[in-house]
Amino acid sequence: MDHTDESGRNTGGRGFLEPFGKGGVRSWIFSTDHKRIGLLYLSLILLMFAVATVLGLIIKLKLMTPGSTLLSPQQYNAMFTLHGVIMIFLVVIPSIPASFGNIFLPLHIGANDVSFPRLNNFSWWLYVIGALLALTSIFTGDGAPDTGWTFYVPFSERTTTNVSVAVIAVFILGFSSILTGLNFITTVHRLRAPGMTWRKLPLFVWSLYATGWIQVLATPILGITALLIFAERVLLLGLFDSTKGGDPLLYQHLFWIYSHPAVYIMILPAMGVISEIIPVFARKPIFGYNMIAFSSLAIAFAGSLVWAHHMFTSGMSDTAVLVFSFLTFVVAIPSAIKVFNWLSTLYQGSISLDPPLLYALGFIFMFSIGGLTGLVLGAAGTDIHVHDTYFVVAHFHYVIFGGTGLGMFAAMHYWFPKVFGRMYDHGRAAWSFWLILIGMNVLYFPMFIMGMQGMPRRYYDYLPQYAPMQMVSTWGSWFLAAGLILMFWNLYRGSRYGPLATRNPWGGATLEWTLPTPLPHEAFHHDPEAPEPYDYKGVNPDG
Amino acid sequence: MAEHTAMPPGTTGPVHHKDYHAAKMGMWLFLFTEILLFGGLFLLYASYRAKFPMAFHAGGASLDVFLGGLNTVVLITSSLTVALSITALRRGEITRCLWLLAFTVACAGGFMVNKAIEWGAKFHHGLVPGSEHMAGLPQGQSIFYGLYFAMTGLHGVHVVIGASVLLWVMLLIRQGKVTGADYVVLENAGLYWHIVDLVWIYLFPLFYLIS
Repeated sequence: MDHTDESGRNTGGRGFLEPFGKGGVRSWIFSTDHKRIGLLYLSLILLMFAVATVLGLIIKLKLMTPGSTLLSPQQYNAMFTLHGVIMIFLVVIPSIPASFGNIFLPLHIGANDVSFPRLNNFSWWLYVIGALLALTSIFTGDGAPDTGWTFYVPFSERTTTNVSVAVIAVFILGFSSILTGLNFITTVHRLRAPGMTWRKLPLFVWSLYATGWIQVLATPILGITALLIFAERVLLLGLFDSTKGGDPLLYQHLFWIYSHPAVYIMILPAMGVISEIIPVFARKPIFGYNMIAFSSLAIAFAGSLVWAHHMFTSGMSDTAVLVFSFLTFVVAIPSAIKVFNWLSTLYQGSISLDPPLLYALGFIFMFSIGGLTGLVLGAAGTDIHVHDTYFVVAHFHYVIFGGTGLGMFAAMHYWFPKVFGRMYDHGRAAWSFWLILIGMNVLYFPMFIMGMQGMPRRYYDYLPQYAPMQMVSTWGSWFLAAGLILMFWNLYRGSRYGPLATRNPWGGATLEWTLPTPLPHEAFHHDPEAPEPYDYKGVNPDG
Repeated sequence: MAEHTAMPPGTTGPVHHKDYHAAKMGMWLFLFTEILLFGGLFLLYASYRAKFPMAFHAGGASLDVFLGGLNTVVLITSSLTVALSITALRRGEITRCLWLLAFTVACAGGFMVNKAIEWGAKFHHGLVPGSEHMAGLPQGQSIFYGLYFAMTGLHGVHVVIGASVLLWVMLLIRQGKVTGADYVVLENAGLYWHIVDLVWIYLFPLFYLIS
């Protein structure tokens, strides 16, 4: 059913959101439609994001003043562990690939679905089971896990809290992530429409393809690491127990062999989104298509060889420290290539500052700060000074919240009209963006300074000298929360009451904008002709 | 390239096409993940063996080469029969295919029984993870046995999963859902069984033949 008039304006139809078959909940939770699975993921991811954000706000509230306030030390340890576990494994890892990747990867290559639709639904169910187990670990056993999201031995083997359930949840979530990556790689290889050559793929597809390989090749190591923690706790194998000759450092290696590449699982899809948005709103072909596509693969490859830069102070040999420090600097090159290409695309473009571009520019700003401070951490000398301080926390949140988070919000504002068939309020979207951007910087920038001054991460209490900046940082968290509430409220209102959207409100040249708004149940009745994804001649916004 | 057809009314999603290349590619990617899952343990093995060569020598000497060797023969034979079953199915010899698969599953069962006897003997000698006897062993020996139980245990789980998958495929063949013209499910199950075999080919020398 095509609910669009000749100009492509939505006439009130709900496209794939409309009930079909017997309808009801079952037509969603057992759906094999990539668009429905994408929305299922999106809604759960945002729910988990809300939960972990509240935990983060409570942590900041506790840290507003020195001394023992609000939380007990044990509760505090559980809070930052859960904030990390939920944010990393339930929000950031699946964020863009599982939601927008699922919806738009097949459409971008002119396919009606992914290669394995039933497996796709199964991977969502694994996500649900993993999420339920993770939440179970909070409320059962002898207290919520208190190890930090890294589950470092020997503490994770000895703590009486509910670590065993949490690592099984991590194992299952890893499985879910592997299946998504496997599905995407196969889809890109097998389901491209005729004429959709590799060099005509939208850059979002390239970034998801590179991400898929990291998911497939790195996540199994996390799986075995999580299983080993479980085995150490339950079967008492003693493989990392130094009294039996075991080496706790090997645990750190195994953990980071996955968990460093994992940050590229987090950031690459966001970079793909930015590469889609920038040229559309600059009305100019993307600058350096080949290099952006290549740099995604280069990041995936080089990023797999840098894990031990998390361990410079753990007692590795100096040779290992130097090699990993050098390789870390190598990864900065493809990341910088992307940033320069985005800026070159904007240069002399005909820029319209619509909300998706605002969020994309926010990404570039935050990611640049986060990326450059990453080099401070990657350099073996300076890392000794700032290792395990607030500097690391600030760097990580600039890259992952300022980067992946804003990339996710940019994707939400960019594809919103295509998915829901309605438009949100642009003014409120801009307001929420500025609140979020200012909030983030007020929240996280003082952490750089405190880290340089020696404030260790994960500490329950602090010296009076840090009190003023801790206070400012907490204020920032309130700005950020206000911005997030405004943004989600605006999007919710837009999806219910916003004006009906047109077929191509931004003037994008990729295939999804040739489809009716909102997306129909079946996208392509015939194989589409592969367009030049960034050629805007004759393509104009129809709003 | 998949051909797209209109969705019949009342179905719960787009029509699914059989794409053999995609199915095989997906399976190979999954097999990579299996290798890497074991890879983490092989990494630990390499590191600890370099650290405790003498303890690993002594540990290896305590394992029963005959039982291990027997299990190797059993698994290699089962890999052959699963490969033969695919050829049989493609020729339309369904009965022969089912017998070959039944033999494969029987091999898996034999392997597990053998394994149980081996583990049982170790437990009988007090080599139980977490026990005082294990803790009293010289440095590195409890690591050897810890790795032995972890790696052969994880492999055993894979044997059970592989055999279950083969049983399920046998059911599908009997129901006529997997046929000589549409056999990719059996082929993928066979690939999985080969990886189970392959992992053992590495585990056997690393634990039994190093003394």
